[in-house]
Amino acid sequence: MHRHLDRKLSLILPAVLVALVAASCGGSSTPAPASPAPSPSVAAAASPAPSPSAPAAASSEPSPSAAAATTLKVALVAPSAVNDLAFTQSMVEALNSLKAKYNLEIAVSDNQFVVATAANVIQNYASQGYNLIIAHGSQYGSTIQQLAPQFPNVSFAWGTAGSTYNLPNVFAYQANSNEGGYVQGAMAALLSKSKVLGVIGPIAVGDAKLYVDGFCAGAKFVEASISCIPVYTGSFSDVSLMATAATTFVANKADVLTGTAQAVVGAIGVAKSHNLPWFGTQWTQVSLAPSNVVSSQVYNWAPILEQILTEIQGGKLGGATFTATLGNGGEQIQFNPGFNLPAAVKAKADELIKGITEGSVNVPQ
Amino acid sequence: MNQFFTVDVLTVTVASGIALATPFLLAALGETIGQRSGVINLGVDGIMLLAAFATYYTALQTGNLLFAIMAGAGTGTIMGMITALVSVTLKAEQGISGIGIYLFGLGFSALLFQKLVGTPLPIATLPPVGIPLLDEIPVVGGMFFKQSVLVYLAFLLVPIVAFVLNRTTYGLKIKAVGENPAAADSLGVSVARIRWSTVMLGCTFAGLAGASLLMYGGIFQVNLTQSEGFIAVALVYFGAWRPVGVMGGSLLYGLVGVVILTWKSLGIIPLSASDLAATAPAVITVLALLFLARRFRQPAALGRPYEREG
Repeated sequence: MHRHLDRKLSLILPAVLVALVAASCGGSSTPAPASPAPSPSVAAAASPAPSPSAPAAASSEPSPSAAAATTLKVALVAPSAVNDLAFTQSMVEALNSLKAKYNLEIAVSDNQFVVATAANVIQNYASQGYNLIIAHGSQYGSTIQQLAPQFPNVSFAWGTAGSTYNLPNVFAYQANSNEGGYVQGAMAALLSKSKVLGVIGPIAVGDAKLYVDGFCAGAKFVEASISCIPVYTGSFSDVSLMATAATTFVANKADVLTGTAQAVVGAIGVAKSHNLPWFGTQWTQVSLAPSNVVSSQVYNWAPILEQILTEIQGGKLGGATFTATLGNGGEQIQFNPGFNLPAAVKAKADELIKGITEGSVNVPQ
Repeated sequence: MNQFFTVDVLTVTVASGIALATPFLLAALGETIGQRSGVINLGVDGIMLLAAFATYYTALQTGNLLFAIMAGAGTGTIMGMITALVSVTLKAEQGISGIGIYLFGLGFSALLFQKLVGTPLPIATLPPVGIPLLDEIPVVGGMFFKQSVLVYLAFLLVPIVAFVLNRTTYGLKIKAVGENPAAADSLGVSVARIRWSTVMLGCTFAGLAGASLLMYGGIFQVNLTQSEGFIAVALVYFGAWRPVGVMGGSLLYGLVGVVILTWKSLGIIPLSASDLAATAPAVITVLALLFLARRFRQPAALGRPYEREG
């Protein structure tokens, strides 16, 4: 009897564990989280909707009242947490800023770092009749390529990438993160006394590589002999590796640090403990080191999202690529008033931003 | 390469390698104790995640790092009770139940983080504490004797665990239960009680590992461990279920990781080889494991629930 009961329990308990796992993993749609406070006023700084880099097909733009009346169901699938202070948070904030204007019903599935699981999530959203599914991660490319043809009435937006796979219901979006990197690299070179910069990236792909390359190019533009050797840790999310990389840079006399990916929180901690300036990207990181963050290149996806939503409302589900730049407001350099930035450095940054925006400064790719 | 062999760079490299090895060491030591008694726990990573979150949240709320570390260890103990209930009392298939614990820890820690924290803020981390006189030894002092208390604790536990396993009656019982539980049972050793104690102890160590990992970065993130718990399980095999061997494996893994990063920052490893170099710690550890695994055998009753016959 006792053995029989043990066996029953030994079957029931794993089932209970699996149920707990299913509940806690939260892979299915969840209501859009409220913006984690504090957040910068990205919407206030947004410029009017930019033109896409590919010619857009003519589409009739619905009137604002008609647009607001129709509910658009939008799902976001992202590889890291909604409060990662980086890649995913920038998109969540942009979506939330447009929620009222476009009458959006938003669902978010974050932490989808396992691509196979993310594919399942994307497919579920498509099956549930979502109008737009945003696959926010270059690793989801093959998934989009496979699923989009199966759901021709669903619009997919894939970033950060420059290819729509020539599919009529896929939009692509990307960020010229090298532009903000260039400006911040120039500032870093001017701030550095040791002329050694610490640059930490995850993997040398996508906007991470663009940012790092732009940063070093900007630094060398100001100071040709400056040391700007990037370290790629091999992981987007290994916080301890990023912290260790930052520590090794400090040991090698680096006195200004920067990094990209959600794992930079570890490196920012090292910058803070050594009281060194930090340059951020993707989202503002001031909350992590209020006295050390000089500036952050903040991604403002709202203008691109507005274009995509407008296209969808006009009946066009894909076939265009959008690029966030300093010029179109898709990227913004947000200076931290809590950092004592010399006026000359700020002036140089403003000069470069103006030059990049007007096209007189060419940032190497 | 000359820039690498300077006092400052070498000191920081070795010191960072030791600090990076600490979570692996703590988790692997705990797993060693459990596996010597015949229980394999693949949920280590999940337990580390839950403990890391508990440490972080407690530090955020109280500002007291000691409470925070105790919360982390306590979380490990609680998870140890659950693990022991499933693996020992209910005799579930240990590999599968361990994966279940891991997935639960991964998901639940992420859920708690999102619901309770919102915007993450950094916490104060444990400052390095110099051991008087020893920290003044040129070069070596900075490498080994200016670490946080958790690092000292981890390395102090190595001889303690070795002593307990090899020189005490309790250790003898652990090994007996892991090799031949039926024989141990016939001699009056309570197999269930021993396994419960080793699993709880091992999971408490995993909790400390999560706490130390959290203290290293000073902030929690979803999936903070990056599956380090599974590396810790592999290190048990690497170390041939011996605390000193496990320490050697942890140090190898941590030091190789830091050396690779340092060489990258000095330009010794070119950018084109960066991704390949990032795999070095895992590759070296697996190669060493393949070489060493033939020389030692695992506890005979590892992974097998015990049920008294008759």
